[in-house]
Amino acid sequence: MAKNPKENKQEKIVLYEARKNIFPKDVKGNFRRFKWFWLVLTIGVYIFTPWIRWDRGPYASDQFLLIDLANRKFFFANIEIWPQEFYYVTGMLIMAGVGLFLITSILGRAWCGYSCPQTVFTDMFIWVERKIEGDRNARLKLEKGAWTFEKISKFSLKYLIWLIISILTGAAFISYFAEAPQLAKDLITLQAAPVAYITIAILTATTFIFAGFMREQMCIYMCPWPRIQGAMLDENSLTVTYNDWRGEPRTKNQKKLKAAGDLVGDCVDCDACVAVCPTGIDIRDGQQIECITCGLCIDACDNVMEKLGLEKGLISYTTLKDYTQNLALASAMNKDEKKQILAPHHANHNVLMDNRTIVPSKVRDSKTNKLFERFKYPNWKLFFSPRNILYFTIWGAVGIGMLVVLSLRNPLDMNVLHDRNPLYVALSDGTIRNGYNIKILNMVPQPQRVELTLEGLPNAKLSLVNQSNEIFESLILDLPPDEVLPVRVYITYDPKELEEVRTNFKMIVTYLSNERTTSAVTFFEIPAK
Amino acid sequence: MSEDKNEIDEISGTETTGHEWDGIKELNTPLPRWWLWIFYATIIWAVGYMIAMPAWPLINGATKGVLGYSSRANLVSEVEIAKAAQSEFLNKIEASEVVDILKDEELARFARAGGDAAFKVNCSQCHGAGAQGFVGFPNLNDDEWIWGGTLDAIYTTIAHGARYAADEDTRISQMPAFGADELLERDEIDAIANYVASISGTEADSALANTGKELFVDNCAACHGDVGEGVADLGGPALNNAIWLFAGGVDAITAQINQPKHGEMPGWSDKLDDVTVKQLAVYVHSLGGGQ
Repeated sequence: MAKNPKENKQEKIVLYEARKNIFPKDVKGNFRRFKWFWLVLTIGVYIFTPWIRWDRGPYASDQFLLIDLANRKFFFANIEIWPQEFYYVTGMLIMAGVGLFLITSILGRAWCGYSCPQTVFTDMFIWVERKIEGDRNARLKLEKGAWTFEKISKFSLKYLIWLIISILTGAAFISYFAEAPQLAKDLITLQAAPVAYITIAILTATTFIFAGFMREQMCIYMCPWPRIQGAMLDENSLTVTYNDWRGEPRTKNQKKLKAAGDLVGDCVDCDACVAVCPTGIDIRDGQQIECITCGLCIDACDNVMEKLGLEKGLISYTTLKDYTQNLALASAMNKDEKKQILAPHHANHNVLMDNRTIVPSKVRDSKTNKLFERFKYPNWKLFFSPRNILYFTIWGAVGIGMLVVLSLRNPLDMNVLHDRNPLYVALSDGTIRNGYNIKILNMVPQPQRVELTLEGLPNAKLSLVNQSNEIFESLILDLPPDEVLPVRVYITYDPKELEEVRTNFKMIVTYLSNERTTSAVTFFEIPAK
Repeated sequence: MSEDKNEIDEISGTETTGHEWDGIKELNTPLPRWWLWIFYATIIWAVGYMIAMPAWPLINGATKGVLGYSSRANLVSEVEIAKAAQSEFLNKIEASEVVDILKDEELARFARAGGDAAFKVNCSQCHGAGAQGFVGFPNLNDDEWIWGGTLDAIYTTIAHGARYAADEDTRISQMPAFGADELLERDEIDAIANYVASISGTEADSALANTGKELFVDNCAACHGDVGEGVADLGGPALNNAIWLFAGGVDAITAQINQPKHGEMPGWSDKLDDVTVKQLAVYVHSLGGGQ
């Protein structure tokens, strides 16, 4: 234990680290445009879906998408799902899961970069921030400056707008669980249920804190998805990559050095990619867990490359495989350039670059000042890897299976429970009576008249509770819309006609309006002879 | 584990903890500051919770907490709410005749459910949880009723019982001990027993049964009916069917004629309120044999 006390004192161990505030710079470009489009689309769908109306007749809600927790029902267009059909939701979740695998396999962390609510809301909050306080430099200045009236009023306005967005987010969420127009009225007139306000309050707080203050820390410290995605990426997944094979050696005064005959890379070390990054990283350090692959650094770098008159794509979506190959093409063994370059499929940059150097002359044709054509870029063939095809097949199979099951779904269902105690009742005339509790499920928003008939017990006598004197051959029942009708029936039968102690037979229920039918097998029990 | 100062990871520049598993080293990355604040907040919350809510176990019970929360009190208030919700139906049942309950389907369903619950508590000990009965205790599912199977008859039987000394209006019937009290000769009893067995469809000596027929009319028909169909008003059970309160067959019938066994049922009007008795009547009537 020969510890050096001097060394221990030298470096104070930091146990807790305060967040370093990030001030992403505004950027223009294709990815930014797509992100705006996607943001408006996803938020629009989120906010307005509960307001779409869908006529289901007088007995059910006219909300296109409604999760009716009170009545345990889920409405989606013409689809109506009851709790016992929860497997549809399971199927949807499997599709969502496999769909994410598919997207990740093709596009890497595209979910994180474009669709994750954390990313979308953070993006929106940063936009508000920028509109009020100005872009990166103005905000840096404001942040460092004293608490002037201007600073306080700008901050207050920012928080106020954030708060309004957060409240609307919470209100939109609960609109999926109630009649949206009525709920909106109730909320404004303070007539809504306390649980509605509590849910909105919680979601307001999470939105406000997560998108306003936690931001990239949600992804870095809390979210399990980056870890899972990290495990799902392979050498054929698209990731945002700094193509150091054409960027290095980076230098701030490219022109001067070039004129002096030095070999320089394309990167002018302008830090534009760092300034726009919403998670505050330097993509040139390589792929890292903080990177949500939003592509904004690509836009920033492309703009710089355009000004310099160089090819775009110094930072680009590329696969590890292509990148490694390009790196190998652009580099040479130290001291001896003629030696065979390493196998291109070498995955690990550090292993690859051990003892090697990037040589700009291998990258760019000195006469035309263009990149050599031998470098590889991702193309459409990427989408058809066996892994992607497998994921897509599973995803499609679950989807088609669900569609088939949904289209064949019977809105009429029944459950029959034979009495357990007593199993049978001997009557004075020597016949035997059995009791049954039947539940008929009418899963359509219309009242229906049905006929209950028996198959397999010829001439059985049916009777109802408290009406044992009335004998029926079949029963006509009225089912209320979207409800379960419980019916208790008695069946009387002569045991001499039966051979077994237990005789199976069928109860059949048929809609009188359209002949749709359902049945259940149950049994008639007589005492052992 | 290294004994020297923990090494700095080359790539990330972060100090390692010195822990190493199969060449994989753990970085000593500092926790975020907000995590620390949340940790402190949970401690403060825990202290507040202990003050506000029941928390510390004592020898008798536990600390009450300043908010006075109690799951038992919550239960009591919830039961009261449930009772208030039931009162509408209970009042209706109280106000109506038993037979009228069936006219309102919703009320009938409520009465059946209430009767079911009351039956399980008060009646199932003798009649069975499924009301299937035992030897000496009638099966209430079938269609034979000693004292009648209409709603009113069932209601009266439940309210006043049978052979229940404490109730003046109780159902009373007393079958004479024809053998023990020497009201009939031994061979006469044999003949009647064989006759009764024959009309109930069980094995019997047909010669004796023929003799017994006349004796039956003379001695038994007043209570059991001319052909043994039973007289509900007098509590004389039907004998011409397969249902027996005690047991069928010549031997058992002979024993019953010689020295009859009688069941006894308490009248429930002194233990249960009228609404419960009405609900019980509706429930028993619903079991399938109600007339």
